[in-house]
Amino acid sequence: MGQGMDIVGALLLLGGTFFLLLGGLGLLRMPDLYNRIQAGTKATTLGTLLSLLGVFLLRPEWGWKLLLIGVFLIFTNPLSSQVLARAAHRSGAHKSPATQVDRLAEDRAEP
Amino acid sequence: MSENITLALSLLLALTMIVAAVMAVRGKRSLPIAILAAGLVSLLTSVQFLLLAAPDVAMTEAAIGSGLTTFLFFFVLSRVRGGVDD
Amino acid sequence: MVESLISLAALLAGVAFLFALVRFIKGPTAADRVVAFDVMTIVSISFIVFIALLGDRVIYLDVALVYALLSFLGVIVFARYLERGF
Repeated sequence: MGQGMDIVGALLLLGGTFFLLLGGLGLLRMPDLYNRIQAGTKATTLGTLLSLLGVFLLRPEWGWKLLLIGVFLIFTNPLSSQVLARAAHRSGAHKSPATQVDRLAEDRAEP
Repeated sequence: MSENITLALSLLLALTMIVAAVMAVRGKRSLPIAILAAGLVSLLTSVQFLLLAAPDVAMTEAAIGSGLTTFLFFFVLSRVRGGVDD
Repeated sequence: MVESLISLAALLAGVAFLFALVRFIKGPTAADRVVAFDVMTIVSISFIVFIALLGDRVIYLDVALVYALLSFLGVIVFARYLERGF
């Protein structure tokens, strides 16, 4: 029970930090601000949640505090990225030339 | 093993703090970037306090140095309509 | 086995932190730097979890809780500044 649980927890921790690494790589390589927000928020949220799950398997008695951190992350992280993306769009951030569809600008131009 | 990880983490944070402090002093001569870099220095200082086994100091530093100070600076900057280097 | 897996995970998180630092240095606008700041805060949460795991102290996780609230505050304040209004 104990040893196998520890190894599964350490592997989950490793997987979570792998997603953190992918988020950092996307932040470095993506062409414009919106793609960077997407890469830097979704991947790192998943990575941190997987890391917290791995730590829960390693130390089961820390469960409540890890659950609280995870709940705060789920609530605050997508909200802050959405608010930042909307503010950047409203202030006219540079778009990548590959951008095809911009529904927010169409909605704003319509009325 | 755990001492090596702690040492490497501390060195990485110190390097980042030096880079961020230089950017805060003479970055692109833009005030929001300087405020962000100062907030980053404060944030990493709190992780360093945690590495020195002082969680209460780390919590205070994170809440005041990185949260309240950044909020106050951006609030005042939007009041005075500060732009690039004025 | 478990120790070496944890140190490898800390190495990967450190590389992610370095990538975010590079984006913080060369990001063209201030909004790119805010995204890099946010990613650095989130990677710092996992650093704090590593430190708590290595030191076996549950009290360190309170600092991670403060960080999870703090990244939200910083980004919201910057977005309000970018939309020119408080």
